[in-house]
Amino acid sequence: MTAPLTERAARRAEGDEPAVRLDGVSKIYGQGKNGLLALDNISLSVAPGEFVSLLGASGCGKSTLLSLVAGLDSPTAGTLSVGGRKIAMMFQEPALFPWLTVSANVEMALRVQGVAKRERRQRAAEFLDIVHLGGFGAKRPHELSGGMRQRVSLARALAQEADVLLMDEPFGALDAMTRDLLHDELERIWQKRGLSVLFVTHNVREAVRLGDRVVLLSSRPGKVAEEFDVDIERPRVTDSPEVAELASAVTARLRQEVLRHGS
Amino acid sequence: MAVDQAPAAGQPSDIHARQLAGLDALELGGGTSSGLASRLWGRTWPMLLAIAIVLAIWQGVVWSGRWPEYVFAGPAETLGTLGERLTDPEYWQAIAVTMRRAVTGFAIAVVVGLAVGAVVSRIKVLRAAFGSLITGLQTMPSIAWFPLAILLFGLTESAITFVVILGAAPSIANGLITGVDYTPPILLRASHVLGFRRLQLYRHVILPASLPSFLAGLKQGWAFAWRSLMAGELVVIIAHQSSLGERLYYDRELADSAGLLATMIIILVIGVGIDLLFETGDNALRRRWGLQQVRN
Repeated sequence: MTAPLTERAARRAEGDEPAVRLDGVSKIYGQGKNGLLALDNISLSVAPGEFVSLLGASGCGKSTLLSLVAGLDSPTAGTLSVGGRKIAMMFQEPALFPWLTVSANVEMALRVQGVAKRERRQRAAEFLDIVHLGGFGAKRPHELSGGMRQRVSLARALAQEADVLLMDEPFGALDAMTRDLLHDELERIWQKRGLSVLFVTHNVREAVRLGDRVVLLSSRPGKVAEEFDVDIERPRVTDSPEVAELASAVTARLRQEVLRHGS
Repeated sequence: MAVDQAPAAGQPSDIHARQLAGLDALELGGGTSSGLASRLWGRTWPMLLAIAIVLAIWQGVVWSGRWPEYVFAGPAETLGTLGERLTDPEYWQAIAVTMRRAVTGFAIAVVVGLAVGAVVSRIKVLRAAFGSLITGLQTMPSIAWFPLAILLFGLTESAITFVVILGAAPSIANGLITGVDYTPPILLRASHVLGFRRLQLYRHVILPASLPSFLAGLKQGWAFAWRSLMAGELVVIIAHQSSLGERLYYDRELADSAGLLATMIIILVIGVGIDLLFETGDNALRRRWGLQQVRN
């Protein structure tokens, strides 16, 4: 289980081209005096196979940043490069198509690539197996629980066979128990598939539990405030003392950031 | 199911899988579903009650003596006449003519509404130009079109069809446009990330997403088509072609109160029947999409 960690460390040390690189990226909404500076001169990179948690209070532009990387929006200044890699994204809501079955939802990722129907079905079943929903392909999204829907959403993202997975608070709306289990799942899948992950959250424990690195963003405008390396052996447990210790350090730093806005 | 593909019992990933499966089973729980018979009865008895109340009020008005019975026939006499008419093949022919006009007019209206809705929802300039015009057309009473229709087409069936189409098409187009407008933004974002663009996006995401609204438009369009048709058949009487509207017209001319009321009942029943068809479709869709909780 620890093998991928050293492998990744080696790759990072080799100075591989980052999977995602932001150089001095800024984003301004609106124009002129009324323009709102959402992101201010952000430089950030995610190495291939690295899991980076992006942490911040509200108004730090976490979601804006992901939208930029996903190509849903373009930066006002700076350069952003994903080196031609394929990008998949998960949202806070499962964003499943209610008129399609669970299997057909996963197939949508393949449909757009022109994969034939039969193969689509078969591969969708494989991806559903990965998230332990093998028997639920014929169900409709509304028949599943929130946690199961998010797993379908994850299966759909995996089906894109992307190299980079962007996650925008994907477990934010779930109860603690489900969230813990999904953390384990995500860790397992990420390690197995060698994905590069950029994971946005406002939950400090979650950020530490999952990330190789935690990037703390300040709010209004969003700026990189500090980065924390997380050298805790995997598989991790949210309740472990190591995670708790680092989480409290990060929380203290986050409080400072929030305090700046109090006066 | 999930357990099958875990490597071996006791390994961490196997435990995860089993925990997940346990949580899934707990969260899904069994829903209660009542049988078909009880659901059918649950929907039928309020209708029967409503009919009974209407019949009672009707009979009450007749007994009050405000109008003599040859002007305002009672339920018993009307239902008798209705029974007689329903055994008369000529009456069935009149129903058939009316239904043919309704179906033809509505079908053309669907095609026109779809085409207009698709184009207007796709092209911004057209939206700005025609969006409010379409809504305006919806509020225009269809009877106001008839003078023009008769000028254009004479006292022919084309005049009726013309007004039926004008009555129904705006609602259908509007239903589609609204559906396209209200496609949830999160689905559009998700589709964009999945790689859907332009026509593919329209075909696989936007059109299916607008289906509920389109269906509502169809239902409203039908109501307008049926009203326009009845107005048309009363105004445009075509020789040797009996229809429900025409029967209504002559029943009044001949002061056949029971016959007039009987025909009105038929018109009502057809309208309600087709509306029920749309509602069944709507309910099926809501069940598939998991929307029935929202229903008031």
